[in-house]
Amino acid sequence: MATILEDSKYDPQRDLKVVGSNPVKHDGLDKVTGRAKFGADYFLPGMLYGRTLRSPHPHAIIKSIDTSAAEAVPGVKSIVTRDDFPEIDPGTVAGEMTRTAMAREKALFDGHPVAAVAATTDAAAKQALKLIKVDYEILPHVIDPVDAMQPDAPILHDYIRTKGLDEPSDKPTNITERLITEMGDVEKGFAEADVIVERDFDSKPMHQGYIEPQGCVAEYSDDGQVELWCCTQAPFVYRDRLSAILKMESAKINVQQSELGGGFGGKTGFYPEPVAILLSKKAKRPVKMVLSRNEVFRGTGPVSATNYTIKMGVTKDGKITAAQGHLVFQTGIFTGSMYFNGPNAMFTRYNFENIHIESFEVVSNRPKVNSFRAPCVPQIVFGVEGVIDELARKIGMDPIDLRLKNAATEGYTTVYGETLGPIGFVETLQAAKDSEHYKSLVKDGEGRGVAAGFWFNRGGETSTSMNIAPDGSVTIITGTADVAGSRISIAMMAAEELGIDVDKVRITMADTNSLGFNRVTAGSRTTYSVGMTVVDNARQCIDQFVKRAAEIWDVPEDAVVYENGECRPAGANVGNFEPLTIADITKQTTMSHGAVTASASMNVTGAGPGFGLHIVDAKVDEETGRTDITRYTVVEDAGKAIHPLQVEGQYQGGAVQGIGWALNEEYVYGEDGRLQNASFLDYRMPVTSDVPMIDTVIVEVPNPRHPFGLRGVGEVPVVPTMAAIGNAIGNAIGVRPQSLPMSPPKLLEIIDNRNS
Amino acid sequence: MTELRYEAPESLDGAVTLLSGGGGGKILAGGTDVLVQLHTEMIEPDVIVDIKNIPELKRLSEDGGAWTVGAAVSGMNIIDNDAFQTAWPGVCEGVALIGSIQVKGRASIGGNLCNASPAADSVPAIIAAGAIANIVGPGGSREEPVENIVTGPGQTSLAQGELIVSFSFPAKQANSGDCYLRLTPRTEMDIAIVGAGVNLTLDDDGTCIAARISIGAVAPTPLLVEDAANALIGTKVNDAALDAMVEAVRAACNPISDKRGTREYRIKTAGVIARRAALKALERAQAN
Ligand SMILES: Cc1cc2nc3c(=O)[nH]c(=O)nc-3n(C[C@H](O)[C@H](O)[C@H](O)COP(=O)(O)OP(=O)(O)OC[C@H]3O[C@@H](n4cnc5c(N)ncnc54)[C@H](O)[C@@H]3O)c2cc1C
Repeated sequence: MATILEDSKYDPQRDLKVVGSNPVKHDGLDKVTGRAKFGADYFLPGMLYGRTLRSPHPHAIIKSIDTSAAEAVPGVKSIVTRDDFPEIDPGTVAGEMTRTAMAREKALFDGHPVAAVAATTDAAAKQALKLIKVDYEILPHVIDPVDAMQPDAPILHDYIRTKGLDEPSDKPTNITERLITEMGDVEKGFAEADVIVERDFDSKPMHQGYIEPQGCVAEYSDDGQVELWCCTQAPFVYRDRLSAILKMESAKINVQQSELGGGFGGKTGFYPEPVAILLSKKAKRPVKMVLSRNEVFRGTGPVSATNYTIKMGVTKDGKITAAQGHLVFQTGIFTGSMYFNGPNAMFTRYNFENIHIESFEVVSNRPKVNSFRAPCVPQIVFGVEGVIDELARKIGMDPIDLRLKNAATEGYTTVYGETLGPIGFVETLQAAKDSEHYKSLVKDGEGRGVAAGFWFNRGGETSTSMNIAPDGSVTIITGTADVAGSRISIAMMAAEELGIDVDKVRITMADTNSLGFNRVTAGSRTTYSVGMTVVDNARQCIDQFVKRAAEIWDVPEDAVVYENGECRPAGANVGNFEPLTIADITKQTTMSHGAVTASASMNVTGAGPGFGLHIVDAKVDEETGRTDITRYTVVEDAGKAIHPLQVEGQYQGGAVQGIGWALNEEYVYGEDGRLQNASFLDYRMPVTSDVPMIDTVIVEVPNPRHPFGLRGVGEVPVVPTMAAIGNAIGNAIGVRPQSLPMSPPKLLEIIDNRNS
Repeated sequence: MTELRYEAPESLDGAVTLLSGGGGGKILAGGTDVLVQLHTEMIEPDVIVDIKNIPELKRLSEDGGAWTVGAAVSGMNIIDNDAFQTAWPGVCEGVALIGSIQVKGRASIGGNLCNASPAADSVPAIIAAGAIANIVGPGGSREEPVENIVTGPGQTSLAQGELIVSFSFPAKQANSGDCYLRLTPRTEMDIAIVGAGVNLTLDDDGTCIAARISIGAVAPTPLLVEDAANALIGTKVNDAALDAMVEAVRAACNPISDKRGTREYRIKTAGVIARRAALKALERAQAN
């Protein structure tokens, strides 16, 4: 069995029948009628309701927890605290995961779980929570990452020593790591520049904002097996991490993914799931836990806040000669922000030769950050693309032309060492320049901005299997979670390869006992990677169809060809046989040979990077600082759009999420270190009327490593959003904002300062 | 765990009796504040008294140009009434801003007022309109100008056992017009950072002879700003008069800085929004 699809057999001339069309999604009807089952929709006989007690303090030693009064509440069946979790050293990956699920030595952020109750009713569980007495010794806290770096800041973990320092230090600190990312010689580059711009920027955490809160049902059986139903982007990763923190074998934990009501990276790590398992173990009954929105805001990961400086230099004729960054990433209470994506991606899309970036990751008393589309990249691109715009203005060059002049092309070796294959950045920029939007006049009183973005795109461990029913219909089992409708695209690729109608193919999302390991759905890997294994499955099945047809006709295998869902004689001399459809073959041979099946497990490589450019028109109310986005176009390379409407949905969704991040979304903490806006009322995600129609232009520069040429499209759409909006606002009011979100009070202050 | 009792009396007497007995009774109109507060355990009442089955509270009627709006009439019923919409477009603007269509299918102006949020959207418009609250309670009935109802965040001047039955709007004067505008970061489903209701009457020359200006979300209660009204009365509502009005509005503001907006930002924009509302009210007065 191959570990990668050695030969994609990508053929630009291939006559595609299914790929590139827009069939109705197989999971669509259930979702619009409400029949689809999400994390909170599972019910088991005898099921209990679990609730979590959370710390109101951002930083406090937990001296004792007294649950006796809570245990006496009628209906309460089990209570779990830190004492029920296996001891795991702090400062290890598993040690930090277990401390995210349940506080141990200290409560480390407002909302940190300290105990949980399971009871026969939700009301009894809630009442019991009020009776749990926790004795806290309150410690000084620190919320802001720059404050957390100061020498007198409260130290949050005694085990952190900054990695990557020139001279290692044994002093405890809140800075987990320093990273230098560089190529060429920036000093030389700046010396060659005619214009140099240096600006400071900052951004606040934003929440992934999935509509479905985390929800699960856990059942711990008497013989020590766990069944877990939950909404997750990563059933296999949940299983293996649960195995690590609960000290159980993976094979004893079966995770069944539900439909997902949004994840965007936020459901790559678990929250209530291990707690529900332990509550079930103690109560000997299934336990359901569903977080409230307040808990989602206080207890689950937002994205990294940042503070940073960008410096770039350009020659008069538009060659960018040097690019420098000094970046601080807030990771929440534990390391794991994936901040290295920032330096690796922030300038990648340009052919820069001289780059120097110094990055720091810092802990503070907030929930550990979690992934969000292109983790740690969009908030830095906000600054980078702002500086590029300023360079363009200063040398009097069209902003897209400056980007074109410096665009990376095939063969460029990036700052992280990858030599780029065929990529579509130039084509994307050109398509943007040619778009009706870019060619139209900017309306009076509005500003137009553009910004570009990049994402690596990913592959990774992927397993699928394909089963052909005796009537010739096809089922596929996948384990890489469908978080955004990838199912239909995967069914389409299988149908295309098999030469059959997509309606003959159905996909089941496997539980973890049913398939080999699949990596998390993240990094724009799913449609790409699962497409690889499914095409491999289909090719294996086709080999078997050919073999069986040859047997039926009693001819050599190479006398049979498979085309358009049928086996035919390879030529007139083979004999006069009627073509055999899949159903003809399976009907005749399943009984004698068994079912036609295939499975594939690969570590998929060869993901082609994605590039996009956004064009935004914005109007700012100069008396209130409110921004209206009046027109928005996303131009992006998809390699090949398998299901163009799905691709368009990804482009639009990224832009909409970025609009929220750009204009209003932020976490507001009080002096007491408590989150003050833990609701959708006060955490201002955009509503429908806040966003214009997002127009899309799908560029298709194929990635030949994939049978159909596709690139992932999940991350790039959010990457340039805030930068493009910032540039539009800057052009509208004459001053480019440097702080996210660009909320009305901040813009009004900029306007007032400009006027005085 | 205490049991939560639900009562739905069909008469005012019945409601007053339930509310007066023993305390702990919570009035439920549309429930768009009450149910949220129940779910988040901000309130834990013993008995919920649903007032929607009492005919007087659901009546919307006009008599000689004077409107009576039952305290529990839903927002959609108010704004869908064309005649009321023509008489009081500003009040309807305030009501229309309460949540979504679904929320307004339930939400009432009685609830909006008695929830006593400084940012309630219909309240400045109703105050500017000069509406009177008709109240019943254990001691009988009484009338109170709407600006006297809210005494602080979550606090009203209603006594134990009292409820608002309806609001009386004065007959609309010739050459008068009203308007309510608010500022929110989002277009919808947001809480006012500032709100302003303005109601103006002009004489035949276009001189302002009466004005009421009320601002919301900039102090612990919605404010009726007499100095702001006086800045317009006797003028043609020209720029100088509007500047003076804006100054008076800003002087009256006493907001907090919170997650929804800073003090400075609220004071600054209160003037901006009041001016825009005054100009719109003026336009309507001139057209009437
Ligand atoms: C999603 C959403 C969005 C919202 N958006 C807005 C908005 O944009 N602007 C805004 O102003 N509000 C908004 N609200 C708040 C709410 O909808 C309004 O305050 C609404 O007008 C309340 O009316 P109700 O009839 O539902 O009141 P209820 O919830 O039934 O009652 C509110 C309070 O008033 C008391 N009460 C009700 N009627 C009477 C009476 N007749 N006499 C004495 N006391 C009484 C109740 O006991 C309670 O304390 C929103 C609410 C939601 C859920």
